[in-house]
Amino acid sequence: MALSRDEIYKKVQGVLVDALSVDEEEVTPTAVIRDDLGAESIDFLDISFRLEKAFNIKIPSGEMMPENLASDPTLVQNGRLTDAGLTELKKRMPFSDFTEFEKDPEVEKMSKLFTVNMLVNFIESKVNIPA
Amino acid sequence: MRWIWIDKFIEFTPRTSATAVKCVTLAEEHLHDLYPAFPIVPHSLIVEGMAQTAGILVGEARQFKEKVILAKIGRATFHRLVRPGDTIVYKAKIDQLADHGASISGVVEIAGDPPNIVAEIELMFSHIDQNISGVKFPEHNFVFTEQFTELLKTYRVSAPVMLSEGGTPPKSKDLAGA
Repeated sequence: MALSRDEIYKKVQGVLVDALSVDEEEVTPTAVIRDDLGAESIDFLDISFRLEKAFNIKIPSGEMMPENLASDPTLVQNGRLTDAGLTELKKRMPFSDFTEFEKDPEVEKMSKLFTVNMLVNFIESKVNIPA
Repeated sequence: MRWIWIDKFIEFTPRTSATAVKCVTLAEEHLHDLYPAFPIVPHSLIVEGMAQTAGILVGEARQFKEKVILAKIGRATFHRLVRPGDTIVYKAKIDQLADHGASISGVVEIAGDPPNIVAEIELMFSHIDQNISGVKFPEHNFVFTEQFTELLKTYRVSAPVMLSEGGTPPKSKDLAGA
């Protein structure tokens, strides 16, 4: 049975509250998971495990967070994504909003793409697959 | 002093669950450090005992080739104290296992009839060479070392279920990641 966006949001919110020990009010749609909610790298694995449980889905490595991008010199040069890198990242993260990031695609700023909204979009794409 | 907080395994089901025990004696110096007149096992060391039980379970799931480290204590709820003379039973179960790491849930009991629940603990382990942030670590396996290999032989003798599938113990060089 398809889940409404609100149902997904509530569940994602619960996952983030449990994984990051933050208050429910802190988990807003635009909150950046690292910068605003204080997640560290291991927390993303925790979040991924908890999302799998909460939604009864499998999240393969690299699906929620693209891997090995920064080590490819055709995709990243001088700490910034190349045009090809940006295209590749958009392909791998179709559930993210790139409006701000693509103005200045520094690798360091990639974490800003990981917002609560992005997670909700990601889960929505996993659980509400069109028949 | 060796940083080993479990005495033996009494059950080991690869990639699923493990149970280890630790007998607590008044001779252990750390018991006297927290409250000098009231010896107890510090909660932090009970978490460590669970981490060692579960860490070996998680390591065995990938034939001890990954460097498995405790990355996060998701929950540790304690219900009673552990005192000299008690036998601690660590029951660990793998909840999720992936390329990057694993999550486990565990129950700590004092052996008895019926057993007393000491704590409920949830832990996360990282396979650190597969870490999401891409940080590089030394190539040699500093977690499952030669010393650990020797310890594993002791555990293998005590566990009724062999520590690898089919009852074939892993070779030392495999355990050391060589």
